[in-house]
Amino acid sequence: MIDLLRRIGLWGRGMVVAIPYLWLLLFFLVPFLIVFGISLSEAMLAQPPYAPLIDWLVDEDAGTTKLQILLNLSNYLRLGGDDLYILAYLNSVKIALVTTVCCLLLGYPMAYAIARAEPSKRGPLMMLVILPFWTSFLIRIYAWIGILKANGVVDNLLQWTGLTTEPFELLYSDWAVYIGMTYCYLPFMVLPLYATLEKLDPTLLEAAADLGCRPWKAFLTVTLPLSLPGIIAGSLLVFIPSVGEFVTPELLGGPDTLMIGRVLWNEFFANRDWPVASAVAIALLLFLVVPIMVFQHVQGRQTEAGR
Amino acid sequence: MKQMGKLAWALWFGYAFLYVPIALLIFYSFNESRLVTVWGGFSTKWYAELLQNDQLLGAAWLSLKVAAMSATASVVLGTVAGLALARFGRFRGRTLFGGMITAPLVMPEVITGLSLLLLFVALEQAIGWPDGRGMTTITIAHTTFTMAYVAVIIQSRLVSLDESLEEAAMDLGARPAKVFFVITLPIIAPAIVSGWLLAFTLSLDDVVVASFVSGPGSTTLPMVIFSSVKFGISPQINALATLMMVVVATGIFIASLVMARQDRQRKRDEQMAVQGG
Repeated sequence: MIDLLRRIGLWGRGMVVAIPYLWLLLFFLVPFLIVFGISLSEAMLAQPPYAPLIDWLVDEDAGTTKLQILLNLSNYLRLGGDDLYILAYLNSVKIALVTTVCCLLLGYPMAYAIARAEPSKRGPLMMLVILPFWTSFLIRIYAWIGILKANGVVDNLLQWTGLTTEPFELLYSDWAVYIGMTYCYLPFMVLPLYATLEKLDPTLLEAAADLGCRPWKAFLTVTLPLSLPGIIAGSLLVFIPSVGEFVTPELLGGPDTLMIGRVLWNEFFANRDWPVASAVAIALLLFLVVPIMVFQHVQGRQTEAGR
Repeated sequence: MKQMGKLAWALWFGYAFLYVPIALLIFYSFNESRLVTVWGGFSTKWYAELLQNDQLLGAAWLSLKVAAMSATASVVLGTVAGLALARFGRFRGRTLFGGMITAPLVMPEVITGLSLLLLFVALEQAIGWPDGRGMTTITIAHTTFTMAYVAVIIQSRLVSLDESLEEAAMDLGARPAKVFFVITLPIIAPAIVSGWLLAFTLSLDDVVVASFVSGPGSTTLPMVIFSSVKFGISPQINALATLMMVVVATGIFIASLVMARQDRQRKRDEQMAVQGG
């Protein structure tokens, strides 16, 4: 009897999990397979604009039907052969790395200061970091256009103080992209850093001080290694989406700020070359698989640690 | 103590970096001049113009509908997913399930958008659904990437929660479904509310995925903002941004007030229970 009830219980559980499971299979996993399939297809003028991979060839004389599967690697060869794509990938990684380092340099002291503040103040201080994340990403990028453009806030300030006499424009450069991306991703860095720093036992630092360790050395040998999980989680949370970023380089970057997200967008929307866009996406995904798996590992361990 | 002083400076610099751009944006939305960054006197005329911009209002209405629907759907799916990950132990396919939950959190938007569009096109060819692209496809796409956030919020809330309450109810003979609705759901209600708000905000904010999966006649608000921002800044966008931020800030303020009050109430109840027992 108990066994039967148990089995019903388990069956009910299975049914419950099945709904989100099937949803994710259909709308998250299957799409990647389709993208992979189309990346092996050929672009053509049709609706949709690619050649079907699988075709039934009807031979009327012999009365037979043949299944034909056409796969071509030309899209991938094009990615490897054209400097544009390789440069875009390299440049995306460079911009993402700079963004990650900037977020870390700015975010670590913030997270550390909040974690060292009085317990009653930590919540509101953290809230102040997260709050901008709730306002529109697009609008936060837009705010920087007015600041960085020629005749914008920075330019006016510099001319008013007499530091420059000519119009000074930061907008439409890699610098603007670094600023904008650091700005948008900063909360993602502070959040996991704070989570690990807050759990840190302050008596460890006291012990180090008692034993004659200088504050800087104590920081480097005690705090920094212990906060490594937070550093890794935060860096991945910033780095991975940054590599494929589109909106920031499109709005703040110059025409020569090449990033792979922009290349994919242009292949898809401007050139209507869906197969090449798919190949770009698959190549980007292959590049990100390792960081994503490391992220999942860290994320899993952190949730386990919450127990 | 001297070091704490330096740290405080770093903290204030960080806050200035986060808030000065937003403050400037709001300040210049009350600018009379069409040149956004040249002050020409106080005026609210851009707000008035905003209310007469039918294209913008239509897009805003569509975005709000999509955001409400996808947030609701993703709360249902995400709560179940978070529950499964936190409470069901090891089940078949758990690794894949966990992977599909965390991957959308970091997946570049261009990849999500492209892959969902290709799925919709393939489905339309194969079974005739979805018929064209529009509100339905945007809602499905947004549900898919926002449910991951909800699932993670619910999962971490459940993991930090004591299981003994649920076990006690189970021991007293309550069925799993009843335990969930009577015990678990009320406890995780604040997490569900913040999950819904987050999903709503993310949906209202998305321009990349929506650009891929929308069709003619279904332009969302971020898509309108994006295309007008590409042609340069305009005071109307400043006014719109200010309004959106006021709405978000009010929503968060009310939500945190309600949650703080519930928290106090719960603590008081617990104290009473301890004293009574």
